[in-house]
Order: sequence, then C-alpha cells, then structure tokens
Amino acid sequence: MSEKILSRNFGVKDSHTLKVYRETGGYTALAQALGREPAAILDEVKKSNLRGLGGAGFPTGMKWSFIPKNHSGPVYLVINADEGEPGTFKDRYLLERDPHALIEGMIIAARAIKSALGFVYIRGEYVEPWRRFTAAVREAYDAGYLGQGFDIVVHRGAGAYICGEETGLISSLEGKKGWPKVKPPFPAIKGAFGQPTIVNNVETICCVPHIINRGAAWFAGLGSKTQGGTRMYSVSGRVTTPGVYEESCAITLRELIERAGGVSGSGRLKAVVPGGSSAPILAAHEIDVVMDVDGLRNAGTMAGSAGVIVFDDTVSIPEALMVVARFYAHESCGQCTPCRESTGWIYKMCHRIVEGKGRKDDLDTILDVAKRGAGTTICAFYDGAVGPYISYIEKFRGEFEALCQR
Amino acid sequence: MSVQSIAFSTGQLAEVRRLQGLYPDKRGALLPVLHMAQDTFGYVSLEVEEYVASLFGLSPAHVHEVVTFYTLYFRQPRGRHVVAVCHNLSCHLAGAPLILAHLKERLGIDVGETTDDGRITLQAVECLCACEAAPMMQVDDRYEMNLTPDKVDRIVEALR
Repeated sequence: MSEKILSRNFGVKDSHTLKVYRETGGYTALAQALGREPAAILDEVKKSNLRGLGGAGFPTGMKWSFIPKNHSGPVYLVINADEGEPGTFKDRYLLERDPHALIEGMIIAARAIKSALGFVYIRGEYVEPWRRFTAAVREAYDAGYLGQGFDIVVHRGAGAYICGEETGLISSLEGKKGWPKVKPPFPAIKGAFGQPTIVNNVETICCVPHIINRGAAWFAGLGSKTQGGTRMYSVSGRVTTPGVYEESCAITLRELIERAGGVSGSGRLKAVVPGGSSAPILAAHEIDVVMDVDGLRNAGTMAGSAGVIVFDDTVSIPEALMVVARFYAHESCGQCTPCRESTGWIYKMCHRIVEGKGRKDDLDTILDVAKRGAGTTICAFYDGAVGPYISYIEKFRGEFEALCQR
Repeated sequence: MSVQSIAFSTGQLAEVRRLQGLYPDKRGALLPVLHMAQDTFGYVSLEVEEYVASLFGLSPAHVHEVVTFYTLYFRQPRGRHVVAVCHNLSCHLAGAPLILAHLKERLGIDVGETTDDGRITLQAVECLCACEAAPMMQVDDRYEMNLTPDKVDRIVEALR
C-alpha cells in the first residue's frame, strides 16, 4: 500500500480547517516556493512527472510552460472542479476534506505561471464542497495567504457535464453556454477572457505543495516511469468496499480491485471501466494492467479521471451501455453534428436492443456510426462516447446479438 | 409572478455589482447572478431573464440561451423541494431504477413532475459523483446516500 499523500488528512477531524491544515504541515511549501524563482518551481513540477489527473493526463509542467514568455497582460489560473465523469468522486473528497491543499497549490502554481487571479469552477450540484471551499478561501484571506498578489474567485457552475471540458469550462466562466472552442489557439495562448490561461484539475494542483516540500525526485519515484505520484482512484460498482483509494500510479487494476475488497455480487468479475465512463471497457482477463496513463493507453483504453467501475458477471453489458449512451445523449452540447446526432440515435438503438427489439444489423450500424464520427468534432466528448460504444459491443458481442434477433 | 415584482433589493444589487467586479468581463458573473435570481424569484421565467439581461447590458436572447443550456435553472415553478435521483452507471448497478420506481409510486408523479401540493419535484439526473454511496440522490442542497426504499420513505416524509 502506498504512503497516503493527498488523502493523508481525510480521517483527521476538522481537516478542512486552516488550523488543522497548518498543524499537519500546511502552507510550509508556500513559504519555500516564495523564496524560489517561478522558473525553478516550473522546473521542479516538470521533473516530478506530474500529469493532469482530470482526464487527459497531459504533463502539468509542460502545460504551464506554454504560457507565452513575452506576454504583458494578465494570466489566469483556472481550476476545474466541475467533476462529472461518471464513476469519479475524488475531487469532492479533496474539496470537502482538504480545501487548503488546493489553495496552497494554486498560490504556488500561480507563482510559476505569473498569474495574479485564479478561478475555481465548482459544479453547481456540489453545494457542500462549494461551501467548504468558500469558507477555506475566506480563512486564507484572513490569514494573509491570499490577497497578497494572488486572488481566488470561487465560481459555481449550473449543471452541464461538458463544462468539465476545459474550453467548455472557459466559455461557461465567461457567462456563456458551455460550448467548447476550437483548438488551437490552446487556452495557454488564448484562454479565459481572451488571456493566456492554465486549466488544471483539483487533484493535480493538490499535488503541487508536496512536490515543492519533498522534491521532484521523491514524487516521481512514487509512481511509474512516465507518471509521478500517487493518484486517487474512485472505485465503485460491484466491489465490497467502494470508495476513494490513494495508490501509486504504478498499481495494477487487479491490485486496485483487491484494495476495494474484491468483487461483490456474484464474486466473479466480468468487466471493468478503468477511467470513468468514457474509458473503453476492459474484460475480466485484461486487468493485469498498470493504471498509469501509458499503461492504460497501451491496453487500448485510458486512465481518464481514474473512476473505476466494476461489473460482476450478473451485470448486463447491453443494459450498462444503454445507461452510458443515455448519459452521452443527454450531455452532448449540440454544437457538432456528428456528436449531437449520433449520441441521440445510438441511445435510441441501445434502448431498443435492451427492450429485446434489436435488429440483426443494429450492432454494425452503431459501430459504423461511432467509428465514422470519432475524431471529427471540436472536443473530445464524442470520442469519449465512442470508447464505450465500440468496446462494449466488440468485447461482448454475443450478449448483444442474443437481444438482436429481428 | 408579475413583471413589477421582479427586482432585486438594494442589498442584492450591491451583491450583483460585487460579483460583476470579480471577473475581467462582468458577464462572467452571469451564472452566479442567475443562481441568485432563481433563489429569489423561485424560477427563471422569461421576465426574470429580461431583468437579469438588463443588469448586464446583455440581450435577453443571450441570457435565454444560457438558462436553457444548464440543468440547474428551472424555467417553470418547481416544488418546495427537488428530489434528484442519480440514474447513471454505478447508481444503476446499485438499484437506482428501483429507487426511482418507488419514488414515482409513492409520490404519484412521473419524473419531471411536481406533486399537486407543490411539495416535491422529482428528477432523474446524470452522475452526481457520489458513486461510492450508490444509489444516491440529491435533495435540495443535500446528498442522500446509500438509499433503500425505507430510507427514501423517511427522507421524503421529512420534507414539508
């Protein structure tokens, strides 16, 4: 079992308060960072092999380095706390139980990218996390950590999965519907309110104080060769003890399921969604895979947001796909035709299949539509829908065919 | 709701200006101000959209586009309480369809409807990210977790 870093205070009473955060070493990294040049902080984060923990897994230090060097106007730091990927709940824990870690990480990150203003975009449904985090920001202002060259605005969303996509989030932050924007320009060049912007996930930024305090080499050593650190795996579905498990990025899926008490229900594993609903599904024989970004990519799926959903062998794969397809149909923002149309029609077809009214050619139609649309849209949302469409059907085709006899 | 009654108090208008001042472009405060408007006026009618638009110098069409994009803005009166059952994957595996069916029967309404006494609006929603405690639902501001039909009964009973 890995040393607990991000979740070390989760069991401590009042861990969300400034008092407890300070008593457990909080804000000591900030004191160190203030004595370092921005370039030195950036370099430390680069060497730590920290990768974005929201979904895309992009190297964090490299992202920060894309801010134009000669830019004279404002630079914004935006925290994506619009947690919404089905199967993921770790940012909720961090916001509620360790909000000061995010604040400290933000102040340090802001120094590295020379930003004076940060936004924390919290999904509208997260009322309690929003209250907790807002109270922590107030404490940080009163203690003088904020307001000394860096300010934080806490922003509440209003219900839309697509706002977890970084450019959709930026549109929403600008007071518009959350439509993603065409890239390039990437946010680091032209982001929120037209200015260079770094968008990072909550958990990613919570790692930063630890990297500063204990060094890049230590952090890199916690994980795999190409991804440093531990990560908060959200494990749910048919496991004995669902919950957040902080483990090394080098853990295997098999080990992780064991940490969560093993498979519940029938006790026999059928399949696992390894990184939130957008990650292609793995069959029971594919779980000896390392859970870092590259390990899961090589296995044909993705680490995504590390939301692990376990299926025992009583779960109907067609029914599960119908539920997932309903989600993508509901959350498609409607901007790009392939996504808007395909998600809706594929959901209808999945629904028909589950009702036992599937036609023999339905499966090939879904696969054809899914494959044609992949890669043709403005953002990665549709690719995220295609992952489950294709993998559920291709890996469990017999189960679908039994329902498609017309 | 008559058009005349749609106006923030002096204190609320000061809060609107404070929120607008937090963003490089005041339009950034549109979502927070719409939350305020909904809390104040109960729901976001076309008249409320026009009023909010006037506070930002935006077209009512822009505000309408925003309001209709997000799920948390109500465009019709809602019940005194909103019960939103998650029906995404982990909750589905843990019995969300049963919880929803139980609520529909108990309340005598379908998803999207409000009880005749105006007490409860029932919704089925996408992942609320509390999958470790599936099945779960949101009741107003609160997450209610690890639901069973009995627990749902007790929760609904307590809503007045």
